[in-house]
Amino acid sequence: MTGPATVFDKPTDYIGKSIPRSDASRLLRGQGRYVDDMQLPRMVHAVFLRSPYAHAKINSIDISQAIDLQGVVAIFTGKDIAQHVEPYVGVLSHLPGLRSPAQYPLAVDVARWQGEPVAVVICASRALGEDALEYIKVDYEQIPAVTDTLDAMSSEAPLIHKEYDSNLAWKREVEFGNLEEALAQDDVVVVEKQIKFGRHTGVTLETRATVCDYIPGDEQLIMYYAGQAPHMLQFILAKHLDMLEENVRVVAHDVGGSFGIKVHTYGDEIATAIIAKLLKRPVKFTADRLESFVTDIHARDHVVDAKIGVKKDGTIVGMGFNDFTGIGPFSMYPRTSAIECNQILNLTGAPYQFEHYHAVGNVVFQNKTLMCQYRAVGHPIAMAISDCMIEEAARVIGMDPVKIRKKNLIPDDAYPTKSVTGMRFDDLSHHACLDKLLEIMDYEGLLVDQQKERGNGIYRGIGFVSLVEVTNPSPMFYGVGGAPIASQDGATVRLDAAGALHVSSSVTEQGQGTNAILQQIAADVFGVAIERVKVTTGDTATVPYGGGTWASRGAGIGGEAMLLASHALKEQVLETAAVILQAKPENLDISSGEVISKESGEQKISLGDLAKIVYYRGNELPNDLRPELIATRHYRVTDFPFVFTNGAMAAHVEVDTNTGFIKILHFWAVEDCGRVINPQLVDDQIRGGVVQGIGGALYEECIYDTDGQMQNASMADYLVPMASEMPEITVAHVETYTKTSVLGAKGAGEAGTGGAPAAIMNAVNNALEPLNCGLWQMPMTPERVLKALGKIK
Amino acid sequence: MTKTAQINLVVNGEKYFENVPVRMNLADFLRNKLGLTGTHVGCEHGVCGACTIFLDGVTARSCLTLAVQADETEVTTIEGYETDKNASDLIKNFHKRNALQCGYCTPGMLASSIEYIEQGNPPDRKKVKEHISGNYCRCTGYQAIVDAICTTIEERQSR
Repeated sequence: MTGPATVFDKPTDYIGKSIPRSDASRLLRGQGRYVDDMQLPRMVHAVFLRSPYAHAKINSIDISQAIDLQGVVAIFTGKDIAQHVEPYVGVLSHLPGLRSPAQYPLAVDVARWQGEPVAVVICASRALGEDALEYIKVDYEQIPAVTDTLDAMSSEAPLIHKEYDSNLAWKREVEFGNLEEALAQDDVVVVEKQIKFGRHTGVTLETRATVCDYIPGDEQLIMYYAGQAPHMLQFILAKHLDMLEENVRVVAHDVGGSFGIKVHTYGDEIATAIIAKLLKRPVKFTADRLESFVTDIHARDHVVDAKIGVKKDGTIVGMGFNDFTGIGPFSMYPRTSAIECNQILNLTGAPYQFEHYHAVGNVVFQNKTLMCQYRAVGHPIAMAISDCMIEEAARVIGMDPVKIRKKNLIPDDAYPTKSVTGMRFDDLSHHACLDKLLEIMDYEGLLVDQQKERGNGIYRGIGFVSLVEVTNPSPMFYGVGGAPIASQDGATVRLDAAGALHVSSSVTEQGQGTNAILQQIAADVFGVAIERVKVTTGDTATVPYGGGTWASRGAGIGGEAMLLASHALKEQVLETAAVILQAKPENLDISSGEVISKESGEQKISLGDLAKIVYYRGNELPNDLRPELIATRHYRVTDFPFVFTNGAMAAHVEVDTNTGFIKILHFWAVEDCGRVINPQLVDDQIRGGVVQGIGGALYEECIYDTDGQMQNASMADYLVPMASEMPEITVAHVETYTKTSVLGAKGAGEAGTGGAPAAIMNAVNNALEPLNCGLWQMPMTPERVLKALGKIK
Repeated sequence: MTKTAQINLVVNGEKYFENVPVRMNLADFLRNKLGLTGTHVGCEHGVCGACTIFLDGVTARSCLTLAVQADETEVTTIEGYETDKNASDLIKNFHKRNALQCGYCTPGMLASSIEYIEQGNPPDRKKVKEHISGNYCRCTGYQAIVDAICTTIEERQSR
C-alpha cells in the first residue's frame, strides 16, 4: 500500500454509500449534452458513401452529377482523403508477429468490408447529403469475399492482402507442463467439445458521432466526440493529421453508452477531422443505425476446439484449446484486434489450480466488419471454455458442479500466487464468493424443484461460473507495446473562493457513474459536503493527462488518483489554516467544509473564509507563506500487470423443448471488486453487464451470408435483451481490498458480461442433460436448441 | 428542391408556427428546429423507443412521425414531463434508484413509464416489464427502471 493510510481510519461520509449520481438529474430533464445535440455556426454534415460489397476493386468514382446538387459543399473520395493523412497500422510490439497492412480512413483502391467508407459528401444537411450519395457513380469490380474464419485459413482461400502469404494475422501458442502426456494417463477422463461464439456488437443506443471544428487563427482542431479516451485520440489526430498535439483538443461531454465500442480509431471520424481542417469550418458526422451495425467494431466470433482432463475424483489435470477468431480485414488501430485472443490464451482456467495447459490462438483476416475490444474483452470466451468444460467433465464423472469447483478453485489463503499461465494473483476470494453465491441462491432447493419439474416435462437447469476479471491495467496492457494509451490517470483538486471543491480527472464518464464516485471520494477525503464538489472530465484542454475509461479502471486508478489529490490538498489547506489559527496542522482536521479542532471538533474557520483570506487578502498572511489551494496527483498500478477481481455467478433457466425458447428464471452474481465505493452503482454495473452477457449468450449475432453481406443490420432484426425477457438479478459482494492502493478498489464493469454466458450455457446444458443432448454454440437460439434436441435439422 | 409546409403546434405548452420540409420527421424537427435535444434518436425505424414523445396525450415514435403530421397537435417531450405530466416523483425515483446510466434511452423510457402510470396500471413487475419492452436500454439491465416505476405507483397509491 502506498500513500495516506489514514484516510480510512475514521468512518466515511460518502465512500461506501449509495449516493444518487448528481449527473443523472440533468439527464432526466432532457438536458444532456450529447455530440449530436451540438449545432455550431456554419456547421456542415459529413455523409459517407459506403461499399455495398464485402470485397471489391474500386475502378473509378464519378462525382460530377453529385457535386452541383442542392446543399453540397464538397465531395471527397478515399484517394482525396489519403493525401491528408498518415495511414495507421494496428499492431503492438508486445504481440510479436501480429501483422496488418496500413489502413486509410476511406478505402482507396479496394473496399474490404461491406460498409467501408469510399467517399464522403459534405452538405448543408444530412438529408440533402443522403440525396447526393445517390448521384455518385462508383465503378466496383467484385472480388470473391472471404467470410468464414476457418475457410479463410484454407490454402485455396483468396488472399485479402496480396502482400501476405495467407489470411493469418497472428498466431500464439502457450504451453505449460505437458497436456498431451498428462491427458493420456489411464486414470484421466478426457472431454472434448467444439464451442462456437457468435459475432456480435455493442449497439450503443447513441450511435458514434463527432463534431470537428478547426480554428485557423489558433491552428487548433477541436473534436467533440462520444468516446472513452480523449488523450489517446488527441495523440492519434496530431500524429496522423501532422499537427502539434497541443493544437488538438478532444472533448467528450455526455456519451450515450460505450462498452468499448467508442475507444477505437474509426475512419469516418478521422476523415471528419481532416475535412474540418481542410474546409476550416465545423463538420458533424453522426452514424445512422445501419452505419453503426456495419462499421462499429464487432466482437467475439470464435470457434474453439477445447479439451479437459479430470481424474475420477474431480481433480483437474489440465486443459487446452485451439481458437480461431475472425477479425475483419484489418487489425483495429491502435489497440489491435489480437488482444481478445491474447486474453483468452492468458485467462482460460485462471480461477483453478492445474498443471498442464496447451492453448493456441489464431487471428484471421476476413471480409467482415473489423473486430476489436468490446466489454469484457476475451473473458466470456475464456470463462466459457474453462467453466463449460469443467461442468461437462463433472457430468461425465457424475460429480456435482459446485463440488468440482470447490476441489479445484485456488484456495483463498494461497495468495499471492500465479495461474498456470503465469498471471500473478493477489487478494482474490473464489471460495468465499462461491459460498456466498450458494447462500443467496438456495441451490439445494433449486435441485429439488428441478427433479420435481422434470416429472412434469419441464426442463430447468442451474449453471455456474467462477471468474476472474482483468481490471486496473498497468502499462503492461498497451503502453509497453508502443500504443499511445496512458495507463496512469491524474486528478486535480482545487478549492475556490467560496469554499467549494472543483475536481477534474482524466478518466471519463459514459453513464457508469465515474463522475459520481470521483465526487464521493473527493468530498470524503477532503471533508466537504458532496454538493460542494464539482467534477470535470472528458476535455484534454482542462483535465490532467491520462488513459480515460477502459478495462474497468475508472474507480481503481482514477479513484485512487482522486483520493491522493484530495488528501494532498487537505494537507496543504491545513498548513495554511495552522498559520492563520496559530495552531499545529496535526491538531486540525477538515469536516463539512470547516476547519475543525481534531480533538474537540470545534469549528475554527470555514473553508470559504480561509480561501478568501488566501485569494483576496494575502496581506494578512506572513510573506513566507505561499499557499497552494490546488493539488494534482497521478496514479498507476506498479506492483502487478493488472489487478484481478473475481466472482461467482449462477443462472437458473427453463428450456422449452417444444419451441426451443430459453427463459432465464433468475440470475445471481457475487463479485469481489475490493472496496465498493457506491453499492448501488456497482450493483447496477454488474446487472447491466450480466444483461449484455445474456445478449451474447441467447440473442445477439451479426449474421453474414457467404458474400459478406450482414443480413440483420437493423434493430428490428438484431436482437438485444429487452425488459420482458430479463430476469431479476440478485447481486452480492465479498470485499477483499487490493493492496496496490489506499482506496482498495478494483474494477467491476465487465464481470457480468464476462461471466454470464458461461453460467447460462452451463444452465442450458444442465437442463438438457436428461434428454441426452447439449448445446455448444452461442447465441443459444431457439433454432439451435431444437437442432440440439434433434427436433429439426 | 425539397417541398416545405407550414405547421402550427404546441410543444410543452409553447406555441410554434414553423416552416418545415415535408419529409422531415418529428424527432429531427424537435431537435434541430426547436432545439429540444432531450428527445433522442437511436434507430430511426421505430424499434428502440428512445424518441418516444406524447402526441395529443398518447405516446408516439417521433422518428416515425412526420413533422407535418404534428400540425394542430399538442406535443410533450422530456423537457416538459415535470410540469406538463406531473412526473417529478417518477423523475425523482429514477434518480434515486439509478434507473438510468448513459441517459440516452431515458426520454423514451420516461414516456413509456408515464403512460403506464397514467393508465392506472398496478406496480406489477411483470406487467411493467412488458410495457417497457418497446424501449431499449443497453446499460441498466432494466431492473432499476422497473423498481423506479413500481415505487412511484406505490407511493401514489399510499398518498
